[in-house]
Amino acid sequence: MNIETEFRIIGKPIPRHDAYEKAMGLTQYAADFSLPGMLYGKVLRSPHASARIISIDISKAKRLNGVRAVLTAKDVPKNESVTRFGQTHALGGGFEGLYRVLADKKVHFLGEPIALVAAETEGIAEEALEKIKVEYEPLQGVYDSLEAMKSDAPLVEEGRSNIITHFEVIKGNIEEGFAGADVIVENTYRVPHVDHAYLEPESGVAWIDENGIVTLRVSTQVIEHFRGIADVLNLPHNRVRVIAPYVGGGFGGKEDITVESFIALLAYKTKRPIKLTYTREESIFCHSKRHPYVLEYKTGAKKDGKLTALQARLVSDAGAYVYLSPWVLTYSMVTAAGPYRIPHVKVDGYTVLTNNIYTSANRGFGAPQVCFAYESQMDELASRLKMNPLEIRKMNYLEKGEALATGEILEHHVALQETTQKAYQALGEKTKAKGHHKVGQGIASGMMSYGRMIFLHDTSRSYVSMEMDGSVTVRAGVQDIGGGQTSSLAQIAAEILGVSLEDVKVYFGDTALTPLAGTTTATRQLYMSGNATLMAAQEVRKTLLIMAGKIMEMDPERLDLVDREVVDKEGSDKSLPLVDVVRACASDGLPLYNVALYKAPFRNLTQFKRIEGPVFPDFTHGTHAVEVAVDEETGVVKVLKLIACYDVGRAINRLSVEGQLEGGAIYGMGYGLMEKIIIENGVIKTPSFSEYLLPTSLDAPEVQTILLESGDGVGPFGAKGVGEPSLNSIAPAIANAVYDAIGVRIFDLPLTPEKIVRVLKERNQRIGKR
Amino acid sequence: MKKQKTYLLEIILNGEWKKVEVEPQETLLYVLREKFGHTEVKEGCGKGDCGACAILLNGKPVNSCLTLALQADGQTVVTLKGIGTPEKPHPLQESFVKKGAIQCGFCTAGMIVTAKGLLDKNPQPSKDEIQKAISGNLCRCTGYKKIIEAIEEAAQKLQRTMNNKR
Repeated sequence: MNIETEFRIIGKPIPRHDAYEKAMGLTQYAADFSLPGMLYGKVLRSPHASARIISIDISKAKRLNGVRAVLTAKDVPKNESVTRFGQTHALGGGFEGLYRVLADKKVHFLGEPIALVAAETEGIAEEALEKIKVEYEPLQGVYDSLEAMKSDAPLVEEGRSNIITHFEVIKGNIEEGFAGADVIVENTYRVPHVDHAYLEPESGVAWIDENGIVTLRVSTQVIEHFRGIADVLNLPHNRVRVIAPYVGGGFGGKEDITVESFIALLAYKTKRPIKLTYTREESIFCHSKRHPYVLEYKTGAKKDGKLTALQARLVSDAGAYVYLSPWVLTYSMVTAAGPYRIPHVKVDGYTVLTNNIYTSANRGFGAPQVCFAYESQMDELASRLKMNPLEIRKMNYLEKGEALATGEILEHHVALQETTQKAYQALGEKTKAKGHHKVGQGIASGMMSYGRMIFLHDTSRSYVSMEMDGSVTVRAGVQDIGGGQTSSLAQIAAEILGVSLEDVKVYFGDTALTPLAGTTTATRQLYMSGNATLMAAQEVRKTLLIMAGKIMEMDPERLDLVDREVVDKEGSDKSLPLVDVVRACASDGLPLYNVALYKAPFRNLTQFKRIEGPVFPDFTHGTHAVEVAVDEETGVVKVLKLIACYDVGRAINRLSVEGQLEGGAIYGMGYGLMEKIIIENGVIKTPSFSEYLLPTSLDAPEVQTILLESGDGVGPFGAKGVGEPSLNSIAPAIANAVYDAIGVRIFDLPLTPEKIVRVLKERNQRIGKR
Repeated sequence: MKKQKTYLLEIILNGEWKKVEVEPQETLLYVLREKFGHTEVKEGCGKGDCGACAILLNGKPVNSCLTLALQADGQTVVTLKGIGTPEKPHPLQESFVKKGAIQCGFCTAGMIVTAKGLLDKNPQPSKDEIQKAISGNLCRCTGYKKIIEAIEEAAQKLQRTMNNKR
């Protein structure tokens, strides 16, 4: 199938419409928007990670000139509820975590919000925070997930166990599996807290509109938090409106509520518009992090490399509140054994409350943690068996039609044989090492879902209409966080309706005006809203072609829409301007619009302890290959080559897909080499970008992307999702390359120079050097 | 709260003479955004770590969050909007769009400003020189590859235009 000739707009490297506005500086992000008479909000946060609140005295703060409101937990109509992300009914199994707007009686992590201030200026609001007197009684906390599991550990939330959830995956008989193994490798891996580090800190403006509607314009991945916000205010859901402008990066960190409840409460109380923007420090202190995991892995194989058994115990640190921890753990459970054919598997997964910062969604959502472990294990096995890391993977990869350890059948193309082969080939000859550098190459592959877990009953809606002049309007409640979410919808509508990309305008992200399209999370927007837009556009197309067929006295099946004309597919010169057909439809009262609802596959779970059967609509598969140079003197690892090869199903916009794979690779490289939120007794020690290091242009190698297009995804035109899968296997690829370079493995991320120097010293002592 | 003493700030902002009363502790970033409405200048960290607030001060890229407004008194300030407009876009703005160098776009203003500062000084930078020049500008979305390509392309285009003028 030749994609270049099959489509006019789909599959091309098309500059995005939002990029133009952004390049010109026209885009108004959340913090760029202001209203007359606007107040400024600030949040008082706990300086303790675990303490009882004895008293809160707000009297001095309230008396300060220019202060318009000071709110504490008792002012919140509904201060406690459960987190929901659009699921239609309570799932149980720990899936609905406690959500508390402001701390009441007790603080559970450092940075927990206690009071809100609204004032005429930011300066006055800050001064007011200093005048609020809170008396605390510090309590013993627990800051390590393994400690928190012990029966005598302090309880983070009184009256409930620290263990939120224990999930398991069981396949075959694990003892039998290890009995049949010729070689067994057993290791414990650790991955750290990491930050999303979107460049745009959390921000929003809230106001009460002329109809009394509480309206928020906020940087979010989930406008459908309007329901939760309405619950907090004790208002009907239809009295809260959330608008998401272009978001300056999300990566999962704007999936949970950030400023929404605060600004809604302050606007509701003061009846004035209010803006609240976090400082970077506040952002790092107070938003969720990627879950740190302790991953105990035991993998067995035959002499020839065939895997016989895999046993794993996963423990994730949920921090002080549940948020999405059980969801993230579910993702880890499904892929814990990797994309491999293993007859005997047993995985136990726990997510545990501690008094650390809460953890929740972060690009990859539980998949990269286990990928680091299972892909390091594959190289450990290869090394023990003196096999090529490529060969041991290729002989064990699952194929289409086979099942994961959970029993979930892979119903669509599994491209791992190709992605691994191509990524490995692209590495080429090993670069010659210079001086005290050692060069190594490594690969790692993986799988990650796109689309939400199917027991969430996910749906998306999109409205497509053709205007009288032939221009096209799309309305879809998607949040555009920079991945080209709206631009792809424009491409799909333009393709189907035979107009140019410039002819399409997408209105997005407004709970009052755009049909709800669900969250921009879970790599689901192209899949879900892309399909909804495709369905709606096809309905409009059908109406147009039937009318055109009538006017042209031709079979509508023969007709096509190209460049604002109705043309004959069979090549005759008969044609009709699109606008003539539009007018004819309008004058006959035919609908030139459609609202389509796309439904993901649904399945209810009957219990949550054992994860089995289908959980996801589909998976994206890919491989990373890297070459590193390790400086044996300084321990610095430099990535020299980085190849990302993915089956993307179908590239809707080649530039955007490359952008996801390139950006994801560097995001994942940070995870592998430098990123770690250092937390000591609940205190974050790295609250800035000079302490929490991100990859810069000097760290980033030129990522080479190789796109395979199987056409076998469940998205529009056979597309698969790539946003999150794009970073899945980069960290283990780096760890494997470092092992290849220096002959020593590091089991905990990130691979900092200090760790490299330490393991080299140990290695040299072992072999009697120096 | 007692009223803070203010001083008159006069700058040439994107080619126009501008005056405003400022308080001595106000940063140039704050004054550009809140007093002149130039919200294309972004605040990513407020500490000089990310480069999102970069502007050209007398042609040199600086972090406006680390610059007090009064330090810019009597000088020229150029923001992204002063580099090019929808009517007359700068080749950097065009190449950033064309090359896919913009995803969320929050780093873009600082990135293009920094690149403009580089190309004004060094019209034909090597890839290494580009990487060094933008190393103080963090981007979390793109992995930098397409940004570097966009700067290379703009440099080539500017060079061709220069040659044609000669």
